[in-house]
Amino acid sequence: MSVLVNKDSRIIVQGYTGKEGTFHATQMIEYGTNVVGGVTPGKGGTEHLDRPVFNTVLDAVQKAGADTSVIFVPPAFAADAIMEAAEAGIKVIICITEGIPVQDMVKVKAYLRDKDCRLIGPNCPGVITPDEAKCGIMPGFIHRKGTIGIVSRSGTLTYEAVDQVTKVGLGQSTCIGIGGDPIPGTTTKEAVQLLMEDPGTEGIIMIGEIGGGMEAEAAYYIKEHGTKPVVGFIAGQTAPKGRKMGHAGAIIGGKDDTAAAKMAIMQACGIHVVNSPAEIGSTMLRVMKK
Amino acid sequence: MNLHEYQGKEILKRFGVGIQEGMVAETVEEAIQGYKKLREETGSEWAVVKAQIHAGGRGKGGGVKLAKNEGDLREHAGNILGMMLKTPQTPGGMNGAGKLVRKILIAEDAYRPDFDACKEFYVSILMDRETKRNVVIYSTEGGMDIEKVAEETPHLVHKEYVDPALGFQAFQARKIAFNLGLSGKAFKEMVSFITKLYTAFLGVDATLFEINPCLKTADDRIIAVDSKVSIDDNALFRHPDLEAMRDISEEDPTEVEAKEFDLNYVNLDGNVGCMVNGAGLAMATMDIIKLSGGEPANFLDVGGTADAHRVANAFRIILKDDRVKAILINIFGGIVRCDRVAQGVIDAYNTLGNIHVPIIVRLQGTNADIAKELIDKSGLAVQSAIELKEAADLVKKALG
Repeated sequence: MSVLVNKDSRIIVQGYTGKEGTFHATQMIEYGTNVVGGVTPGKGGTEHLDRPVFNTVLDAVQKAGADTSVIFVPPAFAADAIMEAAEAGIKVIICITEGIPVQDMVKVKAYLRDKDCRLIGPNCPGVITPDEAKCGIMPGFIHRKGTIGIVSRSGTLTYEAVDQVTKVGLGQSTCIGIGGDPIPGTTTKEAVQLLMEDPGTEGIIMIGEIGGGMEAEAAYYIKEHGTKPVVGFIAGQTAPKGRKMGHAGAIIGGKDDTAAAKMAIMQACGIHVVNSPAEIGSTMLRVMKK
Repeated sequence: MNLHEYQGKEILKRFGVGIQEGMVAETVEEAIQGYKKLREETGSEWAVVKAQIHAGGRGKGGGVKLAKNEGDLREHAGNILGMMLKTPQTPGGMNGAGKLVRKILIAEDAYRPDFDACKEFYVSILMDRETKRNVVIYSTEGGMDIEKVAEETPHLVHKEYVDPALGFQAFQARKIAFNLGLSGKAFKEMVSFITKLYTAFLGVDATLFEINPCLKTADDRIIAVDSKVSIDDNALFRHPDLEAMRDISEEDPTEVEAKEFDLNYVNLDGNVGCMVNGAGLAMATMDIIKLSGGEPANFLDVGGTADAHRVANAFRIILKDDRVKAILINIFGGIVRCDRVAQGVIDAYNTLGNIHVPIIVRLQGTNADIAKELIDKSGLAVQSAIELKEAADLVKKALG
């Protein structure tokens, strides 16, 4: 089992014929992902990567039965692309785009309130269910099918965790990159909850970073409803106050934003918190053997 | 992107928000000219000289002075322009080196003619991450440190959340004005002030508007006496006029240079430099350095394409800091192939010549083995690792 995406997902790529879209759609298809087409306004009716191109997401839903979309549209148009996908009835919208203005995301969140869909990202590596569907920009080969679910705000740090999990002999059920923006479509808690309720997931790795209250919220949820072991890491223990650390959302404003504060809450809620990012995999293995 | 007080006020004025009027000056002569013009407009001899730097608490370090005549003004302008202004918010705080004042604002004395009839408020607008909505925060306790007010008297700090679909409503503006204890003309002025302020906040894609103090004048007008404005960097593409307001002299010169090469760099105080792809892994690498007994000298995300050119520039920027005793390069190759990064490191090393600090390279992911071989065979004084743990141990050894 897995969450969000699997071998039966009918996936389209928005921004399909662009440079980024083409490159990553090719990688997704090579991985064996069920990409049923793509959307580029004005290029509908043509073919790209042996698959149909549609003018609108609604066309892709009606003609190709799309239910999942991966968005590689430039930041100025990405909010619009997300709303188009939601309006057309796409159930899982994964937005890779980095650099969307925050007020655009405020609007998007309000727009999605009464829509039956889930947004992952933006500014994220995407979602992968090993051997089934790779929906994003992560390197496929480091993953291995298994029972560990991973939730992370970072890209390469997720790959690091995945790689360690694979190397200690465990594998992943689904890895969810929720992204590094101040307003994520899916929060850490929501992603953890998905994995907690997934019968195919036996352990969870939760990777956070400085800024915002999402990790604390997830920790309180785990304390109340957790049924599976969780290993946690917070990046930015050495980050100074008031400086943006690469990600738009990674900034320490108040005292609750710090890595130390988050780690203390996570620990108190029964999460196995590691200080060193080099120990994520080995800790998960130790916890799973108990 | 942060703006100066005078730039923030320019924006407010553009949207019809009342401000304390003033003229910006870079020399004493300009200051005198501005003062004379202001004196003509206001009919008052009094004016305030305010240092323009990107830090709050300017008054505490002597960066804000009242002038009661032209002589005073000349003296204050001369003293403040060119001073190293220390405030609790400049690097190192009141004991640090301070920040060079390049510009001053000559502003009207907004408290005249009846200081006691004036009332200071606090107003700010920002995006609240928890509710994912914009929020107007306001208080009757103006002119003070709002964090302190929130801690000691939380009931005096009010919040008004704005529905993103509907926008800021008239009843919300009225509620704010009532809660601030206003009536009559001042009430109407405040409703207008807050409404226009919110329009301005959205209009310029701001991430923060902080008006502290926001003043009710003796004649019941509402004006912004100070302004702290930050603009969303991600939205600058639709505001070229605001992009032009960027004052790079307020930013760390090395960070400005790094930006030119598309490197995401933040200068820190430590002794181990690092170069990483991805922001989260970069923060995690800084943490590894600390756990290995060092202190990170920087945050540096080289992004998705770590070719020789970028690696060379990153090296050069890190090595500018002579406190750096070792450099840790940590790349997780996904789309980026490690062998290309390794070649980049080797080329950069050869281009730069003699690098006198130990370099530890940890390449993992696509083609990591080939990369390690390339580096091991290059004959350079570079130590390579594949696992993160190994890299950490090598850093520990290098600091010895």
